[in-house]
Amino acid sequence: MAANDVKLLGAWPSPFVMRVRMALKIKAVDYEFLEEKMGSNNDILHKSELLLKSNPVYKKIPVLIHGDKPICESLVIVQYIDEVWTSGSSILPSDPFDRAIARFWAAYIEDKWVPSLRSIGMAESEEAKKAAMEQVEEGLGLLEDAFVKCSKGKNFFSGDQVGYLDITLGCYLGWLKVTEKMNNVKLLDGAKTPGLDKWAERFCSDVAVKDVMPETEKLIEFAKVLFAKLRAASPN
Amino acid sequence: MATGDVKLLGAGASPYVNRVQIALNIKSENYEFLEEKLGSKSELLLKSNPIHKKIPVLIHDDKPICESLVIVQYIDDVWTSGPSILPSDPYDRAIARFWAAYVDDKWYPLMKELWMAEGEEARAAAIEKIGEGLVVLEEAFVKCSKGKAFFGGDSIGFLDIAFGSFLGWLKVTEKMGEMQLLSEAKTPNLVEWAERFCCDDAVKDVFPKTEKLIEIFKIMQARAKAPPSN
Repeated sequence: MAANDVKLLGAWPSPFVMRVRMALKIKAVDYEFLEEKMGSNNDILHKSELLLKSNPVYKKIPVLIHGDKPICESLVIVQYIDEVWTSGSSILPSDPFDRAIARFWAAYIEDKWVPSLRSIGMAESEEAKKAAMEQVEEGLGLLEDAFVKCSKGKNFFSGDQVGYLDITLGCYLGWLKVTEKMNNVKLLDGAKTPGLDKWAERFCSDVAVKDVMPETEKLIEFAKVLFAKLRAASPN
Repeated sequence: MATGDVKLLGAGASPYVNRVQIALNIKSENYEFLEEKLGSKSELLLKSNPIHKKIPVLIHDDKPICESLVIVQYIDDVWTSGPSILPSDPYDRAIARFWAAYVDDKWYPLMKELWMAEGEEARAAAIEKIGEGLVVLEEAFVKCSKGKAFFGGDSIGFLDIAFGSFLGWLKVTEKMGEMQLLSEAKTPNLVEWAERFCCDDAVKDVFPKTEKLIEIFKIMQARAKAPPSN
């Protein structure tokens, strides 16, 4: 399929956008990456006309535009990619029960774990920050058990290759490292979650991931600018 | 497949449980309904869903599956001889999943906001937002149904189930607040769709009667507003 049949509206620091890029890489799909620019003044993102037209409900990235049809919400897009490009390796497991387990943990990550990670950055007191970090660590403990059960001794949640649950969680590894560095703390601890620790290394060096995951230093620079904007935007 | 193989932990008043019941009905799949009592969690529930400790949980051949829309998709993936719940076309599937997520993440929380709202201003604001959301869903219905009876086309599908499961509680809210949320003036297609959905064979015996839901609503409201016990 020609590259201009597939467009991705996104931005390099966004973990949600990374998920889609990883999925496209797994399926070896060429695409045009249309980067939304950082906003001027206190806007985080300058939203292009195309974004506002393609995702009128949320006005958020990522948006995949296939032909001229927009698809929104990162995990919906990843499943779409898996269902359309069937010749590449599968992203979702083939067994219905394994699929249900993968979807269950993806929902846990989206609804519980990611909000707790975000709340570290938004915490207004040392106490709140500590509480948020504890939640993140507890979550990682649960995800360690999930990893052991899902991987069944293999390298990834999905088995031999990077799959749905790997992508759903793994896209946050960059931001997790940023949070650790900026707060001088270890959240993903090899002593407490050895399975996940090794998985994280393998994930970040995987061919589907390494060109998509930004370098930690670059993310830290971006994070500083982002937090400054967020602070300026919130009323005193 | 024998009845004993499929168990559903749930409660008839839960829209999330209703979703699973409707899906099993679509597939004509028999199951054992293990009813959880209001206000308590059975050992089996705590063991089957240790992460969230919530209903519904489907137990298929001793394997638990949790989260209502994950369960519905599982049912669709396993029982392939019955009518399909998700659309066959990948783009239509993506649209169905998008709107199901909208219903769960954006629209239904507005209903909860309304129930917890204190004071006329807060109530009015919540009612307005709910109405706006319903207009958005009206437009989605027109696009997805393509002139047919349901979001899923000729028969009920994933998005009908995801959104339709909340119709019982929507009616309760309208009755108790003496107002209309789903109105013919603003959302004519949804009003007609709602009637068709509730009369569908897979749905009609699933929702408890509105009066029963009102009773339960009053109990839950009293609990939510009661001072926390030590």
